[in-house]
Amino acid sequence: MMKVVFDKPKALSDTPFHYCPGCTHGIIHRLVAEAMDELNIKDKAIGVAPVGCSVFAYKYFNCDMHEAAHGRAPAVATGIKRVLPDNIVFTYQGDGDLASIGTAEIVHAAARNENITVIFVNNAIYGMTGGQMAPTTLIGQKTTTSPYGRDPKMTGLPIKMSEMLATLDSTYYIERVSVHDVKHIKQAKKAIKKAFENQVENKGFSLVEVLSTCPTNWGLSPAESLDWVKDSMIPVYPLGVMKDSDE
Amino acid sequence: MEKVLMKGNEAIAEAAIQAGCKYFFGYPITPQNEIPAYMAKKLPKIDGGVFLQAESEVSAINMVYGAAGAGARVMTSSSSPGISLKQEGISYIAGAALPCVIVNIVRGGPGLGGIQPAQSDYFQSVKGGGHGDYHLIVYAPSTLQEMVSLTMEAFDIADLYRNPVMVLGDGMLGQMMEPVSFEKPPARELPEKDWSTTGCDGSRKPNVINSLYIDPEELEIEVNKTYKKYEVIKENETRYETYNCEDADIIVAAYGTTARIVKSVIDMAKEKGVKVGLIRPITIWPFPYAPVEAYADKDHVKAFLTVEMSMGQMVEDIRLGVKNKKPVHFYGRTGGMVPTPDDILSEILKIVEEA
Ligand SMILES: Cc1ncc(C[n+]2csc(CCOP(=O)(O)OP(=O)(O)O)c2C)c(N)n1
Ligand code: SF4
Repeated sequence: MMKVVFDKPKALSDTPFHYCPGCTHGIIHRLVAEAMDELNIKDKAIGVAPVGCSVFAYKYFNCDMHEAAHGRAPAVATGIKRVLPDNIVFTYQGDGDLASIGTAEIVHAAARNENITVIFVNNAIYGMTGGQMAPTTLIGQKTTTSPYGRDPKMTGLPIKMSEMLATLDSTYYIERVSVHDVKHIKQAKKAIKKAFENQVENKGFSLVEVLSTCPTNWGLSPAESLDWVKDSMIPVYPLGVMKDSDE
Repeated sequence: MEKVLMKGNEAIAEAAIQAGCKYFFGYPITPQNEIPAYMAKKLPKIDGGVFLQAESEVSAINMVYGAAGAGARVMTSSSSPGISLKQEGISYIAGAALPCVIVNIVRGGPGLGGIQPAQSDYFQSVKGGGHGDYHLIVYAPSTLQEMVSLTMEAFDIADLYRNPVMVLGDGMLGQMMEPVSFEKPPARELPEKDWSTTGCDGSRKPNVINSLYIDPEELEIEVNKTYKKYEVIKENETRYETYNCEDADIIVAAYGTTARIVKSVIDMAKEKGVKVGLIRPITIWPFPYAPVEAYADKDHVKAFLTVEMSMGQMVEDIRLGVKNKKPVHFYGRTGGMVPTPDDILSEILKIVEEA
């Protein structure tokens, strides 16, 4: 008999991902699903999908899902969680979604210590709309709306959401991770699982920022993109635990 | 049934609670602040009840969106500038076919406008407001008793049709006091909320609350389905009141606060020998076009006059109903000014003179 060594998590549906080749949104989906499987929470989970490349997250996660307007996922999640405090409510949001149009929603969900889990995918660009500048775009980074490279004199400096949210006394757990290699993927998985576990244990607001690639709009190959995360993004967005109230 | 003297805004809040609303998300704005204040006091005392002051109207309506998706009876309230901010969420809620109740206690606009009563949100309420092809069911009560009964019914109607319902009042109705009783509307058979996102519990396929259809054909099918539902709503839920129209020379159309004022004008006009009738839409969407047209067909009716606390928004619907069969006049005050009975009477006398 053959032994199964690698399988699709139950918390993922059979719908094939639409993500571009080399995009790490797929890896992050899988980590979220694995965490849900391991904690056995899929059947009481309600996910809130964002607007952005992961807009179809509601097709991919094999649990109840609620599609939100651009940036509003934390407010939608709040509404759900307040009605169903015993369920597990999570949002999955890009950086345009969470750090730009939805800054108010994420800050205040965090400030209320809303007992939800936020997966924040930072790829330093707007993927879905064709590669415009995000608040997380690096200085000098070229995008369709910063064609000469992001100029901080015009557009300010990248927003470090995790650091910013960690300054709020109320937040429970905030960690920044990356998925550019196996070692870091494992670390990301641990963080995501902890963020869900915190909710199961009613501890409060948990956010995991995941540095992710966008080969299509960065104009890099998938392999070059992973290197760009390591060499260019991590120095600006250092990995690690920003806040853990367990400690 | 026992009557209690209550302020309009508080009566709405109590009516909602008695209709089974356990969740309220809002953001302060005059002249509706008594609604969230009442909810903040009462809801935490109810098992599972939640009052939450959101960081903005945008968030408040999206909390409503989440709670409605989770199958709850949920309400929000605001006033004009706040409702403008809520339009994004309202469009999504309509798109996802979710039931909820939205109260708009209208104040003068545009912009920051003022805090006095107005009816200048008519277009925003019945002609869209947010993006896309959709309608709210919009109730326009004119007494506090009606505000109570329509708010109670709004929850059932929302659940019945899976559609957001708006209760459209104005600063006058919100702030005045009248005796009201909280009689429950006749029980309706309501569909089960088997579409809600409550966690699939291993016993059913996952539910998805969504308004995204990337394939244009699919979106068109969805929108068409919704518009079929609207036909049923038009058929079953259109409401209006007529008053003294049977032999009227002139029919005045007005809703909400303005309709109350017109009622006192009718007696004043009688003394001057002018027979005035009132047609008062109770639902402004769906709009009662048919009775308007029926009166336009009557020989005794010489003209229509629409009276509004706006620059003339409902008058367009009255014209659609009248179909050019009789002249339609308009009198409006705006900015928070409330027309007096004398103002309206002199408009009526002017029309009689011209005719
Ligand atoms: C109100 C509103 N404004 C703008 C858009 C267009 N829009 C769709 S996705 C997106 C950016 C998404 O970027 P991000 O959140 O970083 O996610 P990514 O696509 O990079 O994964 C924008 C601006 C929209 N759908 N709604
Ligand atoms: S556009 Fe970028 S973020 Fe979007 S799927 Fe493609 S690679 Fe991923």
